[in-house]
Amino acid sequence: MAELLQRTIDGICDGSAYALVGLGLALSFGILKRLNLAYGATAMLAAYIGAWLYRKYSAPIWLVGIVIVTATIIIGRYVEWLCFSQNSSDLNHQRNSIPIAGRDGREVIALASSFALWMQLEQLAIHILPRHLNVFPSLAFREEWAMGALVLRPDRLVLLMLALIFTFALHGYLQRSKIGLAWRACSDQRVAAHLTGIRVERMYGFAFALASALSGVAAFAILSLDGQVTPMFGMWVLLKGLTAAMLGGIGSVRGVFFGGLLLGVVEAHVQALLGPLWREFAVYLLLFIALVFPWRPYGAKQSFA
Amino acid sequence: MLEISDLETSYGKIQALKGVTLSAKAGEVTCLLGPNGAGKTTLMMSIAGILKPTRGSIKFEGAELLGRSPAEIVERGLALVPENRLVFPSLTVRENLMAGAYRRRDKAAILSDIDKMFDRFPRLKERIEQTAGTLSGGEQQMLAVARGLMSRPRMLLMDEPSVGLAPLVVAEIFSIIRQLHQEGVSIFLVEQNAHMALKVAQHFYLMEIGRVSFSGTPGQLAEDDVVQRAYLGKRASP
Repeated sequence: MAELLQRTIDGICDGSAYALVGLGLALSFGILKRLNLAYGATAMLAAYIGAWLYRKYSAPIWLVGIVIVTATIIIGRYVEWLCFSQNSSDLNHQRNSIPIAGRDGREVIALASSFALWMQLEQLAIHILPRHLNVFPSLAFREEWAMGALVLRPDRLVLLMLALIFTFALHGYLQRSKIGLAWRACSDQRVAAHLTGIRVERMYGFAFALASALSGVAAFAILSLDGQVTPMFGMWVLLKGLTAAMLGGIGSVRGVFFGGLLLGVVEAHVQALLGPLWREFAVYLLLFIALVFPWRPYGAKQSFA
Repeated sequence: MLEISDLETSYGKIQALKGVTLSAKAGEVTCLLGPNGAGKTTLMMSIAGILKPTRGSIKFEGAELLGRSPAEIVERGLALVPENRLVFPSLTVRENLMAGAYRRRDKAAILSDIDKMFDRFPRLKERIEQTAGTLSGGEQQMLAVARGLMSRPRMLLMDEPSVGLAPLVVAEIFSIIRQLHQEGVSIFLVEQNAHMALKVAQHFYLMEIGRVSFSGTPGQLAEDDVVQRAYLGKRASP
């Protein structure tokens, strides 16, 4: 019994990392209605820049954090400009200022170009720090708190706290602020958003920047607890974040949080009961079930909340 | 108040407006009639800044609107109630109205304007916290009009407000148009329902395949042979 509880707790802690990386993905998907496959690579490249600063100049950890978040915003702007931007107030001339792809009926092109950028960013990261494993400034406090038969790791609880704070802060911002209203309006009915005087492109740009910054915060928190970064981190961010977002009913900010926790708990139990091979199988089976029988804990159907 | 001259707008290679010239006077209801595909909605979207015309000029109160963003056009006092209403379906009625006032900064006045909208449209008040997607077609049209008014426009553009609505609801929409006109709001209306439009508008234009083919008063409209046959359902005399 204690073992079961322990695994659930561990699963929740792992899951909060998934929730944290899923938040930015859900935000950009919810508003732009486009899947950004370069999302994980953006976070990974920024993390590499941070790790490089740390190795080469022994930058203090707070500076590494700031650099990572700034870098994700800059790289995110680049990704948005190439894959998702367009002069969209101009519905009759959709070719203006679009290097690769646009927003209207061109999902596949946007998706494909974000995939190409993913590969590009990954190569850049490997170029910055060629070794497979790279040290990352570590905040890890490795102590453990024993509570009866259970063991709690405070560093994992930090992730849970962060995930909770960011989920509810983002949800509140979307529901209560003027910009949140504008975002939901853009996501709901873009032409009408223009007609009410919302500067739609600016709102998209801001949402994309915030989503990128969120991936930076998540990457910094997770990697500084791990103390290392590998090129696989980008893939990990994308897969876990996407799965969490889809389990929570993509397009719901609070849903991502619970989707992440569910993913973590299922992983922990299946791994203990059936082994690591079955873990991945169970995750994708769960995802399949969630997609076939969509459950939306917060009733988000059209827009997101 | 609104002067459009020689306006041309294209979708790629297809020219939808082939030199449109018309004007709408302050304090009047001006109505644009025309069959599907004549370019009426293209004209409205061009005035609102959603579509970018390739030639011509749109002057509102003497200032050129061409090249301005939709947001700037709203700020200058023009609001479009679009065809098919285009409410924000997952936003509540109140949030739809708040979005309509997006460019305004006077928070207290916005809140009192929302109350005024509920006086004007009592049915919306009952649905204040409901999402707009759950409203009936007529209620959505009321909401779209109310949202347009929330920017405090001096001229309201309305693109086929009666389309797809039951006759009773259409009558209600037109009584609102008449009421707004009495309150001094200038209205530029696109309509296919010529019978209803004849009751509210002071000046008419007819548009066919990208050009204005008739301009006149309601009396002249009733006499015009082409309009009679096309829109009032009467046969030409043999």
